[in-house]
Amino acid sequence: MTLNGWIQILIFCAIVVALVVPLGWYMTRVFEGARTPLSIVLRPVELVLYRLGGIDESREQDWLAYTVSMLVFHVGGFLLLYALLRLQVWLPLNPQEMSAVPPELSFNTAVSFITNTNWQNYGGESTMSYLVQMLGLTHQNFLSAASGIVLAVALIRGFSRVSAHAIGNFWVDLVRCTLYVLMPLCILFTLFLVWQGVPQTLGPSVEATTLEGAEQTIAVGPVASQVAIKMLGTNGGGFFNANAAHPFENPTALSNLVQMVAIFALGAALTNVFGRMVGDQRQGWALLGAMGVLFLAGVAVTYWAEAAGSGPLNALGLDGGNMEGKEVRFGIALSSLFAVITTAASCGAVNAMHDSFTALGGMVPLINMQLGEIIVGGVGAGLYGMLIFVIVTIFVAGLMVGRTPEYVGKKIEAREVKMAMLAILILPLMYLGWTAVAVVLPPAVASIANPGPHGFSEVLYAYTSQTANNGSAFAGLTGNTPFYNITGGLSMLVGRFCVIIPAMAIAGALAAKKRVPASAGTFPTHGGLFVGLLVGVIVIIGGLTFFPALALGPVVEHLAMTAGTTF
Amino acid sequence: MFRDIRPALVLLFGLTVLTGLVYPLAMTGIAGVLFPSQAAGSLITIEGKVVGSSLIGQSFTGDRYFHGRPSATTAADPEDPSKSVPAPYNASNSMGSNLGPTSKVLADRLEVDMTALRKENPGAAVPVDLVTTSGSGLDPDLSPAALLFQVPRVAAARGLPEEQVRRLVESQVQDRLLGLIGEPRVNVLALNLVLDRAAAGR
Repeated sequence: MTLNGWIQILIFCAIVVALVVPLGWYMTRVFEGARTPLSIVLRPVELVLYRLGGIDESREQDWLAYTVSMLVFHVGGFLLLYALLRLQVWLPLNPQEMSAVPPELSFNTAVSFITNTNWQNYGGESTMSYLVQMLGLTHQNFLSAASGIVLAVALIRGFSRVSAHAIGNFWVDLVRCTLYVLMPLCILFTLFLVWQGVPQTLGPSVEATTLEGAEQTIAVGPVASQVAIKMLGTNGGGFFNANAAHPFENPTALSNLVQMVAIFALGAALTNVFGRMVGDQRQGWALLGAMGVLFLAGVAVTYWAEAAGSGPLNALGLDGGNMEGKEVRFGIALSSLFAVITTAASCGAVNAMHDSFTALGGMVPLINMQLGEIIVGGVGAGLYGMLIFVIVTIFVAGLMVGRTPEYVGKKIEAREVKMAMLAILILPLMYLGWTAVAVVLPPAVASIANPGPHGFSEVLYAYTSQTANNGSAFAGLTGNTPFYNITGGLSMLVGRFCVIIPAMAIAGALAAKKRVPASAGTFPTHGGLFVGLLVGVIVIIGGLTFFPALALGPVVEHLAMTAGTTF
Repeated sequence: MFRDIRPALVLLFGLTVLTGLVYPLAMTGIAGVLFPSQAAGSLITIEGKVVGSSLIGQSFTGDRYFHGRPSATTAADPEDPSKSVPAPYNASNSMGSNLGPTSKVLADRLEVDMTALRKENPGAAVPVDLVTTSGSGLDPDLSPAALLFQVPRVAAARGLPEEQVRRLVESQVQDRLLGLIGEPRVNVLALNLVLDRAAAGR
């Protein structure tokens, strides 16, 4: 670890924190339906969409109607994307003449993009036409991100409204989020990326003759516009196979810094939206504080482990840290930081190959995802995930003092706690369950690239990443088999929607409640004590759930590595 | 539920057109005007022929050029397309080695590469980036130390004084942004182009 490395990490944190208030203010206005500086351009577009869709802006929905609208919308998105993938060979904008994507891979990919996971069992530059990359994938990057954000906003309204029936209109929220929040930021971000060197062209791959006279085919494409939304929307699906490690997706240290900020920007700002909507911004800062504690702990472990280097490197006296799978322009510090950010949020973009991380360096991304990606988290998904943990924490605090727990003026009762536990418990069922199945099925075991405990980590990482809707990978695992495509697709669906539905049920139940005025017996939820308790509950629940599995993978591997064993 | 079908279809269609066509196509148009070189892939053209991209590393194997990092990219086997064969710096199939920290394959590969490098420049410490594959397999850069390591070989092959080649390397070092962000690095292709010019102009 170097001083410069830590300075870079702190610069990143400072920029994210500085953006929380302005973005939080802006997003709050957008979701309250207030005018914004962009209304003059965007309002007419918004109104046309409402008119064509027969959407009444003033009519709000209860939690069930809101959720059903969201589900219907995603079913449509799934069918559209699946059709595009299967039919790409006959559609335009396919200069490299990519063939139709096979059915299981199309299923996995379509689920992956509608659930904001962007797990990729394919290499983009060798599988997808430009039309699919734009019309199918870029477009779902926007919509799955927007749907995550609006669901979080709906849950916030559950906390902030008093004796109310409705929690907003899904269609209106979706349109406003896409037009007012995501589009303008993406336009600026795209131009910045092209300036830094990210291609944005519809031309075919370039044939170059290298200095030594060899032929090199350089894949290009409309990359920047997709990279912009893949970061801001915490989608993470790369245009290229190597994702943000590819010099065309992430050409410079500056593009890397801005991409890292983009991953966290909206998720962090949503804590401020929460604070503003419940009328006490300190509540938002407390949530961000708990996230910050867990985040910095993760960064410290991964950075330390990667800087210390791996067994085979150290055995040969190579110092300078574990550079296998990392790019020179990012080095150890920025590769470690990126890995923690991308798994703390549900982004899943990678600027270094996680499979080649040291055992402990690669364990932190696993833990981040297994905690449910609540450290800033996916846009929206992180906040509702964190609020679910808050409910459990408040419940535990209530048990300690023997008093009905309350949070931001709402009594937390049996129904909310049951729903919160349901959302928390469904995730390990998927990633532990499928891992257990996969490691005893010979065809699934055959996909493993690295033997020994690392191979177990590859499988565990695959299901964790898909269940948590992250999308990053220990990429040695050959995921493009019918077994992994189908079970992975199911994990993604459950990981997304089986958390959303309980969260929305909580939103509906909370919205209907009266506000309880704070009294001397109210546990204050904006201070250090609450932050500490929240972090403790997260770590304990997480630790009890997945520590045994981690012990079989990264922990064993670390011990083997320090003993000088190779597999 | 049936009430949702019309708004779902309209928004799916409308937002697909906006975010999936209008946005990327407009960006392609604007980027092509504002930053034509970058938008096309930062290509380097010499005498009308494309020799590569300044952002994409390429494979150098001869002694006359500085070598980049080892690359783990592959290509389809021409004999059997269902298999893949190593194809370093294949810029249409980016990938890393994905070898883990206890991999015997990795340990063996390092051993072989280290032996070769120690023979090339005995006594000098081998920089770690010279024997590790990058995440993309297309890393265009090396650390300054990894290039200085290769100076004796390149200078001998070119018949240039070592001191001159060392100065060429040092002239190509890009420092951290504002002295803080990123890592010091040298673009290997750019360095080799400068090297060609220096050798020709002698």
